[in-house]
Amino acid sequence: MPNHGAAPAQYDCVVIGAGHNGLICAASLARKGRSVLVLEAAAQVGGAASTREFAPGFKVSAGAHLLHLMPANLLRDLKLESHGLDWAAQRLPTTALLPDAAVLDLSPGAANQAGLSAADASAYAAYGARMRRFAAALAPVFSRIPPRLRSAAWSDRLALLRIGWQIRKLGRREMRELLRIGGMNVYDLLEESFDSAALKGALGFDAVLGANFGPRSPGTVLTLLYRLAAESAAGDLGLSQPKGGMGALCNAVAKAAVAAGAIIRTTAPVAKILVEADRACGVLLESGERIMAPNVISSADPKTTFLTLLGAAHLDTGFARRVNHIRCRGLAAKLHIALNRAPPFRGVSAAALRGRLLIAPSLEYIEHAYNHAKYGEFSASPVMEISVPSINDPSLAPAGQHVLSAIVQYAPYALKESWEKGRQRFLDSALDTVERFAPGLRSCIVAAEVVTPADLEQQFRSSGGHWHHGDLAFDQILMLRPVPGAAQYRTPVQGLFLCGAGCHPGGGVMGVAGRNAAQQVLTAGLSS
Amino acid sequence: MTETLTSHFKQPLLQTPFHQRARALSQVDSFIPWAGYTTVDVFTTAEQEYFAIRNAATLYDLTPMVKYRVVGRDALAYLNRLVTRDVAKLKPDRVAYCVWCNDEGHLIDDGTIFRLGDSEYRICTAERQIDWLLDSALGFNVQISEVTEQIAALGLQGPTSCAVLKAAGLTDVEKLKPFEIGYFTLHKYRVTVSRTGFTGDLGYEVWMEPEQAVEIWDALMAAGRSRGIRAVGSQALNIARIEAGFLAPNVDFVSAEHTIRLATNRSPLELGLGWLVDFNKGHFTGRRALLTEQQRGARRQLVGLDIAGNKPAHNALLYGDNSGKREIGSISSAIWSPTCKRNIALAMVNAPHFKIGSTVWAEIYLSRELVWERRMSRAQVVERPFFAPQRRRATPPAEF
Repeated sequence: MPNHGAAPAQYDCVVIGAGHNGLICAASLARKGRSVLVLEAAAQVGGAASTREFAPGFKVSAGAHLLHLMPANLLRDLKLESHGLDWAAQRLPTTALLPDAAVLDLSPGAANQAGLSAADASAYAAYGARMRRFAAALAPVFSRIPPRLRSAAWSDRLALLRIGWQIRKLGRREMRELLRIGGMNVYDLLEESFDSAALKGALGFDAVLGANFGPRSPGTVLTLLYRLAAESAAGDLGLSQPKGGMGALCNAVAKAAVAAGAIIRTTAPVAKILVEADRACGVLLESGERIMAPNVISSADPKTTFLTLLGAAHLDTGFARRVNHIRCRGLAAKLHIALNRAPPFRGVSAAALRGRLLIAPSLEYIEHAYNHAKYGEFSASPVMEISVPSINDPSLAPAGQHVLSAIVQYAPYALKESWEKGRQRFLDSALDTVERFAPGLRSCIVAAEVVTPADLEQQFRSSGGHWHHGDLAFDQILMLRPVPGAAQYRTPVQGLFLCGAGCHPGGGVMGVAGRNAAQQVLTAGLSS
Repeated sequence: MTETLTSHFKQPLLQTPFHQRARALSQVDSFIPWAGYTTVDVFTTAEQEYFAIRNAATLYDLTPMVKYRVVGRDALAYLNRLVTRDVAKLKPDRVAYCVWCNDEGHLIDDGTIFRLGDSEYRICTAERQIDWLLDSALGFNVQISEVTEQIAALGLQGPTSCAVLKAAGLTDVEKLKPFEIGYFTLHKYRVTVSRTGFTGDLGYEVWMEPEQAVEIWDALMAAGRSRGIRAVGSQALNIARIEAGFLAPNVDFVSAEHTIRLATNRSPLELGLGWLVDFNKGHFTGRRALLTEQQRGARRQLVGLDIAGNKPAHNALLYGDNSGKREIGSISSAIWSPTCKRNIALAMVNAPHFKIGSTVWAEIYLSRELVWERRMSRAQVVERPFFAPQRRRATPPAEF
């Protein structure tokens, strides 16, 4: 409802962006009695966590296609199921696709681990148990505002102590092992643990999914532990698929926010964050409309928030420089295929086809795919995470037909030859790669598209088209995320907060950043 | 964003366009490096040269002064975000002394900003700053280039400096006010003259094309012959600048970009440059930190000291009483002031001892023919500058 009066509309909080983090933040604030307005640039809510019709009758999750990181208590607190969230499937299996119609079921304790030696099978069980222990020890880090170092505040000291205690509690042997592997690369860790190339490839994949890393890149055990710890913090729900795609989840959060009193306006892109006397005081829309609020909470990525919406002029040079140096060039693309029948994957059971399929047959395969990306190219043999969501949720495709959704790596944001020139070849190599594991796939294709990081940047207004609004790496996590000086959802400008994936604990459809940010706004925010 | 036309890094030390003239006048072969150039420390004796600054006219080769050209639509906004002073108040053809800080409000450097046109500025500073200047340009439509080697410069300082310029044919130069810029013809060449300097005396700085520099040097020397003009080096200038109460980088403060120890950083408030900090002009780098510091109150302050005796208190530690037990600060610049006939110093002093009129004690070490003595000298915190003659501001300056 545009405001045509002389005085601009006034709220306690304006949230920029109606992605899942923005909506969760808005819902949390509204539930605490704050007047909240959410401004979304697109015509519908959801941001990168939306569902999109990419061909007539074929719908797909625009970004992430499986939910595994959103904490159970967050889903419960927001009563999302009463606001329309329904599950198409839960606790889905993961299966690695291998050459020659072989597959490897990676579900913990899966009976079908054919092809694994007895040594590998028992090593896999021990590895899984140990990683889950480590993940559980690190998990508390995720649910909280990250503590500052060198802080005098008791809350910060207590949080640091708690992390230290969690790790100490592992016992001397396990703590030593955690510290030993914490800085390793996942290639070396898996090489010392297993013989099977297929198992190593599949386990290494999770360390580099959505990251600017190959398995041999330093710090990839950390990224793997990070993912596992986030899953642990979420309650180890496994992989879930919301009915109606990821957009249905955001629609439910939006309903929860509205039910709590928040107002959501779509097609309302924000042009500028307004600052008066060094305090954020509202926003200016691209339409020219001004909306005033003493608390402006941005779910946009940090670069966009600070350098575009706020402007470097309101920041110190050193801080602006740190923001400018955030590494946020995406390397993950999406492949969407509309099919006139179920994809003919060889060797994949009906149960496995409901879940997550990986194309990462060995660590070398992944590393080769990554090598190209380092030089601004894409590999003819990319790695992929594939989901066929229409199997669990027929509403996503016309009757009897199917959609295939895949995350394809690596697709460098700044492709040397430009995406305009490379797009078709990239699509072809992605389709050829799937075809290798599903012969005959091409003859079932009704429509197909690739969504490159450059497209993601444009569609979702995120710098670099990075899924996590910035690499999750040792120098960009916890109190270093997004940058020192803005690590606790606060910013150098009073009244301006961040709540997006660029903050701790990062991206994936997790929602923790949005919830933690709301907590910070309630503590440190100003009242109107 | 920038073009940098410099070559200072290609050879150990560059020579300024005045080098051959300086070489010819140098009697003691005393040269020192400054910003990539070889420059004169002393021509004859520092005292002789100093007295020319205070009693006649002097030429000092300023060419190594690092110069940046700043142009573009956002030049003013850029500079206002960079420095602590309100550059919007700087009118065309005027100069302002400024400092700039890092995010923590610690001083990176000081320098002068020349406004040469509606949106053309020049920053003059003692040390290279291009990385900080370029990083500060993020989000501003501005072009920054180093022009150090494209502009030669001479400081013409001393009571007869205006008369020298008039004798050299600069009509109406006496109308230039302090910190004003004028454009004149000097020996058939167009030069830019600013009424600025580092001596606290009447004086000008002449900015010219390097190719014309030697002829202009000769013309000024000829015009000043009857007014006692002579070339001076950095030692003489240093005496004059301490009398004037001016700070020298790497002597009275270390750039926050170069410090290793956190406690050695200095804020403009601590350095007595609070008058350069405008909290009401909008955001600038370091503003939030400086505001916090201002609200907290100063922990230490750079002050002038008048010290008993006549022995310069070089690098002396300062104490609250003459027992020498409680250290409260230290001296960064010290001289016997030949004009004031006082033993003066610039010192960093902890609260509450920095109040004007406070007594502190300086621990001075004296070598008496290689036999060292320690002396506790009473010192008083006094106003700066120590020497501020009327003539430095008088417009038109008196005829000398």
